[in-house]
Amino acid sequence: MTSITEAAATAMPEPDRAPTTEELKARDDALQRRDTLLRVAVPAAVICGLLALWEAVVRLYQIPHYILPAPSLIFSTLIENWETLAPALWFTVKLTLLALFAAIVGGVLLAIAFALFKWVEIGLFPIAVILQVTPIIAIAPLILIYVSSTTAALLLCAWIVAFFPILSNTVIGLKSADSNLRDLFTLYKASPWQTFRYLLVPSALPYFMAGLKIAGGLSLIGAVVAEFTAGTAGRETGLASRILESSFRTEIPMMFAALFLVSLLGIVIFLVFAGLSRAVLGHWHESEMKKER
Amino acid sequence: MSTPDTTPLVSLRNVSKRFANGTLALQGMSLDCGEHDFISFLGPSGCGKSTALRLIAGLTRISSGDMRWSTAPASGSAGKIDRDLGFVFQEPTLMPWAKVFDNVWLPLKLTGVSRDAAAPVVAQALEMVGLSRFADVYPRELSGGMKMRVSIARALVTRPRLLLMDEPFAALDEMTRIKLNNDLLAIWREHRFSVIFVTHSVYESVYLSNRIVVMAARPGRVIDEIRIDEPYPRGEAFRTSSRYNAHCQSVSQALHGALHDVDH
Repeated sequence: MTSITEAAATAMPEPDRAPTTEELKARDDALQRRDTLLRVAVPAAVICGLLALWEAVVRLYQIPHYILPAPSLIFSTLIENWETLAPALWFTVKLTLLALFAAIVGGVLLAIAFALFKWVEIGLFPIAVILQVTPIIAIAPLILIYVSSTTAALLLCAWIVAFFPILSNTVIGLKSADSNLRDLFTLYKASPWQTFRYLLVPSALPYFMAGLKIAGGLSLIGAVVAEFTAGTAGRETGLASRILESSFRTEIPMMFAALFLVSLLGIVIFLVFAGLSRAVLGHWHESEMKKER
Repeated sequence: MSTPDTTPLVSLRNVSKRFANGTLALQGMSLDCGEHDFISFLGPSGCGKSTALRLIAGLTRISSGDMRWSTAPASGSAGKIDRDLGFVFQEPTLMPWAKVFDNVWLPLKLTGVSRDAAAPVVAQALEMVGLSRFADVYPRELSGGMKMRVSIARALVTRPRLLLMDEPFAALDEMTRIKLNNDLLAIWREHRFSVIFVTHSVYESVYLSNRIVVMAARPGRVIDEIRIDEPYPRGEAFRTSSRYNAHCQSVSQALHGALHDVDH
């Protein structure tokens, strides 16, 4: 017997004592921190590497800035022209958020009407699909002709693009409530309002959040596309007008600077809604739960 | 237990259910469920046992026949029936976004009972099923058996006179199932409600019930009713006794008659 235990001990060296709960927790926490750090550090390193490569290629081959500006030049252009870029950024932010807000209100209200009244859905869903499948860039010129205020026309274009994912996702969400839970609500004679508030809304929430993440990005695309179509018309203009304007003047570094701001805005919108989704669903929904396997 | 001179809690007379597609799901079922009865509906799938349960719960409409509740106004079909019941589904059917407390509170919440007013009653219901310590967790943190316990607590929180259970333990492992069977019997004995329990397990029905309604399929109908006149509490001693085996055998025979019918 002794020899067997000895053999086992040599084969699998064990620590003198089992680790305590605190030690295990500390080890887990350390691993967790390392994981979180790497999740930020790795993509950041990749981006920095690509930027350095870009800078190096431009300098090495002496590419002229009107063909491809170096990242350092784009950055300094951004700083120098901040006074014209900042109001443009602010205008695009306003347009995007207003369109998104209107898309949320319109999409959710219409989704509720669809879920409650069958004939509203049958009657209006094809219209919503037509609006969705017709490329916004094709409708935008018409909208700009018919709507006298340029800002209102831009808003309408961005709204059309952003509203469909909210509508279709919320409709699916409202219909996806568990049928047994529906029976349970019937059994306890829940009022339509109670069923809506305590069953349909929470069931639809994950779908709505997924729609919101898509709509956030689409409202920015809608705003930019519409502004491109509108050109530099209108009293106030956004980032797309800056891009268009500098392309006329072949100010390539300025184009890149404005483009950078558009991308940055898109990233911020995405991060905000991803964070919101995690905050709202993280404690119960599969899609946002941290899994240990 | 039901005796002929007491008014039954609910009585069905020649009740049938035909679905819109023409399927006769249940044909001419008659049943009196008395106070403190534990009735099992036993039969193969398609025998209408779940349909019968849903009819009693009011989740689906009777096509023909009559159903009366002891608490209901004189005429059943036209007047609003006051169903005093709890329902346990085959799945736990909990709201994943709500903590255990809020899930159990739901039936009371829907009748306008505030959280504070409901708290002691919810705590009692959770204690009944042995989950007092878990009021503050989400359903996903619980095992399958524990989720089913929450579902039972939710069904009992309104203190119904009749508890309807639709194959509640079918998805659980054997050990958990036996434990839940014993706990259900203990709660039933203490709180003296009636149970109608749908199952396809001969052993489970014999162990739990005082009456077994044996059903056959196509069309769904009752072919036999067997009384299990064995005293409660029933425990491991009963489960291993020869009388238990004899009951299982006679119920199996009745059930095989039902299966034989299907084949021909």
